[in-house]
Amino acid sequence: MESIKVSKLLRKYGSFTAVKGIDFDVNEGEIFGFLGPNGAGKSTTISMLCTLLRPTSGDAVVNGYDIVTQPNEVRQSIGVIFQDPSLDERLTGRENLDFHAMIYNVPRKDYEERVDELLEMVELKEKAKDLVKTYSGGMRRRLEIARGLIHHPKVLFLDEPTIGLDPQTRNLIWEYLLRLREQKDVTMFMTTHYMDEAEHCDRIAVIDHGEIIALDTPDGLKNMMGGDIVTIKTSDNKAAAQKLENYKPIEMRIGPDGQLIVEVKHGDQFIPQMMNIMADTGNPIEVQSVNLSRPTLDDVFMKLTGRQIREEEANAAERMRSMSRSRGRR
Amino acid sequence: MEMITRNLKGIYTIWYRDLMRFLRDRARIIASLAQPLLFLFIFGQGLSPAISSLGGGNLNFTQFMFPGILAMTVLFTSIFSAVSIVWDREFGFLKEVMVAPVSRVAVAIGKIAGGSTIAIFQGLIIMILVPVLGIPLTFVQLVVLVGIMFLLAIVMSSLGILIAARQKTMEGFQMIMQFMVLPMFFLSGAFFPLNGVPIWMTWLSRFDPVTYGVDPLRQVALRESVSQQVLSALSIHPIAFDLMIMAVMGLIFLIPAVWLFSKQD
Repeated sequence: MESIKVSKLLRKYGSFTAVKGIDFDVNEGEIFGFLGPNGAGKSTTISMLCTLLRPTSGDAVVNGYDIVTQPNEVRQSIGVIFQDPSLDERLTGRENLDFHAMIYNVPRKDYEERVDELLEMVELKEKAKDLVKTYSGGMRRRLEIARGLIHHPKVLFLDEPTIGLDPQTRNLIWEYLLRLREQKDVTMFMTTHYMDEAEHCDRIAVIDHGEIIALDTPDGLKNMMGGDIVTIKTSDNKAAAQKLENYKPIEMRIGPDGQLIVEVKHGDQFIPQMMNIMADTGNPIEVQSVNLSRPTLDDVFMKLTGRQIREEEANAAERMRSMSRSRGRR
Repeated sequence: MEMITRNLKGIYTIWYRDLMRFLRDRARIIASLAQPLLFLFIFGQGLSPAISSLGGGNLNFTQFMFPGILAMTVLFTSIFSAVSIVWDREFGFLKEVMVAPVSRVAVAIGKIAGGSTIAIFQGLIIMILVPVLGIPLTFVQLVVLVGIMFLLAIVMSSLGILIAARQKTMEGFQMIMQFMVLPMFFLSGAFFPLNGVPIWMTWLSRFDPVTYGVDPLRQVALRESVSQQVLSALSIHPIAFDLMIMAVMGLIFLIPAVWLFSKQD
């Protein structure tokens, strides 16, 4: 069952095509990620799926409703957590949630309980009566996540959910999100340019310059790289290499320092086997050090696009954004 | 049917939030009262001796200004209410409203309702000054005054939304305040009678919606204070005509305002 079906979705801004006719599906209950650098078309895509932006051409069906012809039904069935702040600072945390419940037509007797439940979940119960103006960036984010869930949406859209937050808060937020996935059976569609965040996804679409250049599970994408790299130092590397010939690694070579570099499919499984092979009593070789290096999504991205997604990279727009975000987030 | 309930609820929610924010903002309530009071008591009393020929010498200038000040309160409050849309856009809250399953029309109507309610609220507070200024008013007159203010509030809120619908920044909005709202206020007859002003001013005032609010407000408010003769000299149109023009102008602002606001990017 697909929660989201996208077909040839295209969006132009004047002569610039931000999203170039993309296709993909999101399955019910999965965490689906859109990974790509800034300007790749992630936010544009998510805006279209949330019915905030009309596609220039193409189609998408969210929870069975067409985004162009049935926007209100789409909206009732989705929750959106925006990249930029969207809370009312001059209302309290609880009031922000109440407002959302009212405008999503959740009956009063239901929403009071629901608001309490969600405030509990994001650990903001004590601060609920304080103005959002007094909340930190992490607290605001948590409140926004709670808010997005009040009306029991089937799909939660998260646009760069942890951008601008410190690592500790990022971890906390992901704890909630993963717990959510277990408890609630909510499908999550997420955009991010953080590699470690993308690791949490069930499947990732890598997007660059408005096109999807790869779509697979994180492991699937990493397997594209060939394999893990295991670097071994032994008392006799040449003999070790010979022993390993039978294992049929993807590639094997002697590195610049004389170390043995082996590329295999599953480095973590290879290591214990390699140790056994080395220790075999016929011709035991002493293993002095082992190093396992797995391909990261960074490597994947590099391979696919020839560029790196660098978190530290900040073009002017991104810098301004994070400045105004920190203004809004204290 | 469900769509209608949902949209009505949406209108109520938007209205409710605007009201809550207003009531919570003591500073704003006080500041917005200060302006009319300043005008009435400093400006009004200051000019009174100089303008002794109004109404054949029977009318105090401050009394003359009073209906204009009511209109001013409504005008500024209504426009300011619409500013909240630009504010929400700039600070992000508007996205939350836009992505909700409520029609844009409902959002626009909610804003207009909120702005009008707040304008009336402020107008009512000013009305407390009525005995202080020595303007005799019956209860019926009071109700009629509130009704006229309400209509003016709807018209000006609609105009505000029309301007705010596509405004991206607060600075842009401020500019519009200076170049539109102040002239509208000055040309409306709030400060001085429009009978006998130069032709160009008469013409400009004809296009000014506030004129059609000040005129009936003055006619109703001063009915007991001065003779019929004096009142006629100070009036421009029959009340019914004023109300009709306001209604028409309201529609002229409201329909494009809602349309612009609804346009999905």
